Amino acid sequence: MFYRENGQFKSSYAADQQIFAVAQDRYAIWLIVALAFLVVPFVASDYTFQAVLIPFLIMALGALGLNILVGYCGQISLGTAAFMAVGAYAAYNLQARIDGMPLLLALIGGGLVAMVFGVVFGLPSLRIRGLYLAVATLAAQFFVDWLTTRAAWVTNHSSSGSVSAKPLAILGWQIDTPMEKYLLCLAILCVLALAAKNLVRSAIGREWMAMRDMDVAASVIGIRPMYAKLTAFAVSSFIVGIAGALWGFVHLGAWEPAAFSLDRSLQLLFMIIIGGLGSVVGSLFGAAFFVLLPLLLNQIPHWLGLPISTATATYLEHMIFGALIVFFLIVEPHGLAKLWSTARQKLRVWPFPH
Amino acid sequence: MGPFLETLIGGLMVGTLYALIAIGFVLIFKASGVFNFAQGAMVLFSALAMARFSTWIPGWLGMEPGLVGNLLAIVVTLALMVVVAWIIERLALRHLVNQEPIALLMATLGIAYLLDGLGPLIFGSQVYSINVGMPKDPVFILENTFQGGLMISLEDLYAAGIAALLVVALSLFFQKTKTGRALRAVADDHQAAQSIGIPLSRIWVIVWSVAGAVALVVGIIWGSKLGVQYSLSLVALKALPVVILGGLTSLPGAIVGGLIIGVGEKLSEVYLGPVIGGGIETWFAYALALCFLLVRPQGLFGDKIIDRV
Repeated sequence: MFYRENGQFKSSYAADQQIFAVAQDRYAIWLIVALAFLVVPFVASDYTFQAVLIPFLIMALGALGLNILVGYCGQISLGTAAFMAVGAYAAYNLQARIDGMPLLLALIGGGLVAMVFGVVFGLPSLRIRGLYLAVATLAAQFFVDWLTTRAAWVTNHSSSGSVSAKPLAILGWQIDTPMEKYLLCLAILCVLALAAKNLVRSAIGREWMAMRDMDVAASVIGIRPMYAKLTAFAVSSFIVGIAGALWGFVHLGAWEPAAFSLDRSLQLLFMIIIGGLGSVVGSLFGAAFFVLLPLLLNQIPHWLGLPISTATATYLEHMIFGALIVFFLIVEPHGLAKLWSTARQKLRVWPFPH
Repeated sequence: MGPFLETLIGGLMVGTLYALIAIGFVLIFKASGVFNFAQGAMVLFSALAMARFSTWIPGWLGMEPGLVGNLLAIVVTLALMVVVAWIIERLALRHLVNQEPIALLMATLGIAYLLDGLGPLIFGSQVYSINVGMPKDPVFILENTFQGGLMISLEDLYAAGIAALLVVALSLFFQKTKTGRALRAVADDHQAAQSIGIPLSRIWVIVWSVAGAVALVVGIIWGSKLGVQYSLSLVALKALPVVILGGLTSLPGAIVGGLIIGVGEKLSEVYLGPVIGGGIETWFAYALALCFLLVRPQGLFGDKIIDRV
């Protein structure tokens, strides 16, 4: 009834090409962004910022990066946490070794180093695909795990193996309250999500999708496999690297190699499966789901008056995630994002079923 | 020469154990075209079940834990693995027929998570021990040739023997029996196999049950060596480079790959480790497999897949 687009005519190419073609969508997005920037900072508690919102934003960024690689380009990766770690440690080293390194430059530097690393580990994708590539990216995971625990120069010769970020500041803006950290993450996510959305709509995004759908056919119509695959690896690991740097700098503050273990890689993969492969908004859905479910699992037995131990809760969480992944793969391979778009389609034609 | 040989033999022994896990992977891939990431979780699950049943069952029946108790536990655990296989087929695989390999791969990741949670929930999460009476003491050989002789663990020797037996049995099963042929047909093409009347669902239950049985063997061997604990499911990650190296569809490949990885890992740790830093065992196997993939993507004995336009 409210979600109807008749009367909205496109009279220019620019209007036809916008990201949100339906006016209601456009207003809704502006409203959500405005709420996130202007209202949430004043109503959310410090706990909400630290336990829900900041992890959600950073994980959404990581999932977005991974989604470009897996969802759009079809190159499965099990080493996302390794690229996150590279971003985090590179940003840390930039700050530790260069005096007065601005935070934003350090973050971008972390992203760039992760990008180089991603391209190097993406090289095998030119020869191998699918399952084999998954193993190749696992190699990245184990290599980085080893590097961050064993190589002293990575942690700037810290004795305990854990490193901590310097106080965060951008151009004199001291970022120390959870609210300010939230705003920083939100701003970065907005910029990168917009960039990613535009990339996947552009020529390069179509090349990625062509590679994903059928690489042989794609190269026959003149898409260079090397260029398409490596740019996907580059863009993906850049975003993932920045997510990693944020995870270390903003969410954890001080971290050790275990923060970027194989489990994190799998989590990110699950996020995009549940959220929706090949969809920007799906990455956000998946991350939200993954941040909220453990909190709910801890709360629900509490509300019902059935105290369960943390160990049991962890196992239950494992089981529920596992079951959900299988469930989603069977019932809705395109994840929550597809459910969302189906719902939108239904609203468009409401009250008629078709 | 002595230390080198000892490292070499140690590597070979570890290699047979990797090979055992790799066989589980190959088995499922060969017979259903699914790359089973849940193999590690199945090893952990079966080992946990075995460890608990071997103390529970004697307790229920009121007898001494021992050979009979262990045998009963093995039988019950096998039955459990068949049930697990059946449930996996019923609830997951049946609905994923003819999906892309990537979707199936991710489904097995989900199954792995499920089993990883389910096992400790049912059987408890302490470190348990399995005692099936494998000899623990090392023996020394060639004491005249080398000073102090070469140390060999009898336990590893037994494990190697069991691995060899398992491979021979499985190879015979695949090559000589009707079911084995059906399994290979399903792996080649689900649809074609179905259209000539091979019951896909039954085949999948069979192959996952066999993989469960292999997982149990691995679980018993590793479990009695290291104790049953969560890290057991990570050991399976070691088997991935093995499968890659040996070729996804080849049982002998799994063995040869396992031996190469085992030896490579130990030798690199001892001789390369001091140069570039210790602990390189964790990724060396992967690096080795990766280099190999670039030269020969199908692995040592794998089937060559040719893309046609």
